[in-house]
Amino acid sequence: MSKTEAVRLAVRKTYKLYIGGAFPRSESGRSYAVTSSKGDFLANASKASRKDARDAVSAARKAFPGWSGATAYNRGQILYRIAEMLEGRRAQFVAELTEAGAKKAGDAVDAAVDRLVWYAGWSDKITSVAGAANPVAGPYFNISTPEPTGVVAVVAPADPLLGLVSVVAPVIVTGNTCVVVASERAPLPSITLAEVLATSDLPGGVVNVLTGSVKEIAPWLAAHMDVNAVDLTGVADDDLAVACEQAAAENLKRVLRPSAPDWSADPGLKRMTAFLETKTVWHPTGF
Amino acid sequence: MTTPLADVAASGATLRAFLHGLPGVDRVGADQRAKMLGTRSIKTTAKAEAIDLAIRMVDLTTLEGADTPGKVRAMCAKAAHPDPSDPSVPKVAAVCVYPDLVGLAVEALGGSGVKVASVATAFPSGRSSLEVKVADTALAVAAGADEIDMVIDRGAFLAGDYLKVYEEIAAIKAACARPGDEHGAHLKVILETGELATYDNVRRASWLAMLAGGDFIKTSTGKVQPAATLPVTLIMLEAVRDFLAATGRKVGVKPAGGIRTTKDAIKMLVLVNETVGEGWLDPDWFRLGASTLLNDLLMQRQKLATGRYAGPDYFTLD
Repeated sequence: MSKTEAVRLAVRKTYKLYIGGAFPRSESGRSYAVTSSKGDFLANASKASRKDARDAVSAARKAFPGWSGATAYNRGQILYRIAEMLEGRRAQFVAELTEAGAKKAGDAVDAAVDRLVWYAGWSDKITSVAGAANPVAGPYFNISTPEPTGVVAVVAPADPLLGLVSVVAPVIVTGNTCVVVASERAPLPSITLAEVLATSDLPGGVVNVLTGSVKEIAPWLAAHMDVNAVDLTGVADDDLAVACEQAAAENLKRVLRPSAPDWSADPGLKRMTAFLETKTVWHPTGF
Repeated sequence: MTTPLADVAASGATLRAFLHGLPGVDRVGADQRAKMLGTRSIKTTAKAEAIDLAIRMVDLTTLEGADTPGKVRAMCAKAAHPDPSDPSVPKVAAVCVYPDLVGLAVEALGGSGVKVASVATAFPSGRSSLEVKVADTALAVAAGADEIDMVIDRGAFLAGDYLKVYEEIAAIKAACARPGDEHGAHLKVILETGELATYDNVRRASWLAMLAGGDFIKTSTGKVQPAATLPVTLIMLEAVRDFLAATGRKVGVKPAGGIRTTKDAIKMLVLVNETVGEGWLDPDWFRLGASTLLNDLLMQRQKLATGRYAGPDYFTLD
C-alpha cells in the first residue's frame, strides 16, 4: 500500500426507536434494511416488536398526566419550539427525504415547519372553537370543554415527514400522548424527527416512535386495553384496517379510518377534534 | 431441642461465637448467581402457572398512616376475589395490616380462607421497650391475627448485642400463643436487610431469627430502600435450607418491598426453586409481601387469557 492520504472512516448513524424520551434498540434485537427509492442500501432501522409497542404505551401513559395537565399556552410554545428545531435541521431532512425519493424535499420540510407552527397556534384556541357555553332552561351555567382522549396509537402515512408531522401534531397539541408507527418504507426521517422532538422541551413519552412492520405492530396497539384511540391513517392494507378497527372496538377506542389526503392542503380541525372528548359541566347560578 | 444447636443461645458469647462462625457470604458470587437466575425465560403455560402460584403467595399489604377502615375492607374484598369478573383467579394468601385494623380485617374476611397478618413490635422502626412490643403483639393476636410480622431491633443487632435480639424474638414468639390454639399465631421475623449493611449480617440475622423460633423470615418492612432484592432473598433461602438440614425444622421466607411486576415475582419463584426446591413453592412456605404487584399479576393473567395487553383502568387501585 503506497497510499499516503489517510482515508477517514465514515461515522454512520444507528437508527433506533424513540420510547419514553430515550433511544433504545428494539427489545427483540431485530433490524431491517432500508433502501432508497432506487433500491440502494441506506441504513438498518430497528424492527420493533410487540413488546416495544407495549413499552411505548406504558411510556405514553406515564407522560399523559403531565402533558395533558400542562397549560395550552405551554403546549403551544413547545410545538413552536419543535418547528424551530426542525428548521435548524433543514439540510439533514432535505438530504434524507431526497434519498427516500421525494421530488421537492425542500418544500416538504418548509411545509412541515409551517404545519407545526399552524397547530402550535391552535393549542389555546381549540377550546373556544370546540367548546361552548350552552344556553339551558334553568339556573345553571352549562359549559362544554374539549378534553384530550388519552394515549393515541398512530399509524403514520407513507409521506415520511410532512405526513408524519401532520398526524402527530394535531394529536399532541390538544394534550394527548401518542405511540407512532412510522412509515415502513421510509422510516429514517421519522427517527431524525424524534431527535428533533427530544431536543424541543417535549417531555419524554409524549411522542414515541416505532419503526418496523406495520402489519406486525398495529394489531397489538389496536387491541391494547390501555390505548384510548387509534389513528389508522397510514394503514394501506384494507384487511389490516378492518382487523384493527374490530380489535379497537373491544374497549371502545376512538378510531380514525385510513385515508390518503393531500398533505399540503389546509388540514382543518378534523384531526384535532377526532381525539378530543367533550366534558360538560352544570354549575348552579343565582344563589 | 436435642440438636447440637441447643446450647448456642446459652449466653451472649456463645451466640456471638456461633453467628460469627457462620461461613461468610461471597458478595460477588451471590449477586451474580441471583442475576443469572433472573435471566430464566418463563413463558406460556409455565408462566400461567407461575402467575397463579404468585397470586396465591401474595400477602396483600397496606401499611400507611392514612389507612382507613374503608380502605382495609376494600382490600379484604380484593384479597378474597382479586378479579371479581373472573372466578378462576385464586385468592391471595393473606392481608397484612396494622394491629388496630386486625379486628376489622378478620370481620371483613370471615370464612374466606384468607389469613390476616398484622405487623407488630413498634413497626417499622422497632424502637420501643420490650413490654410495649409484647403488649402490641398480644393485642393483635387477641384481635384474631393469624400471623404476626415483627421487626428485629436493628440497633441492638448492629451493636453486636445478639442475645438481646434473640430474647426479644423469643418473647414475641411466646406472646403469639393463643389459648385453645396449639400453634398460636405464625411469627414472621422482619430482618430489614436494607439496614443490615452486609450480606454476612443478613445470613447471621436469618440464623438468629430461626434459632429464636421464627416461623418465617422476612426481608423488609417496605419502608427502607433497598428492600427485597434477589441476592438478599437468595442468602435467606440458603439459610433456611441449611437450617432445615441442621435442625430438621422448616422455616418459610417472605421477600417484601419493591416487588412490583410479574417479572420480579417470577424471578423470586425461580430463585426458590433453584435454591431450596419445590418444597417451598407453596404459600405455607413462601410469601410475597406486596401491594401493587397483585394488579400487575392480574393484568398479565388477563393478557395470557385474552391475547390482548391489559390496561390498569380495568382493575381496582391497589
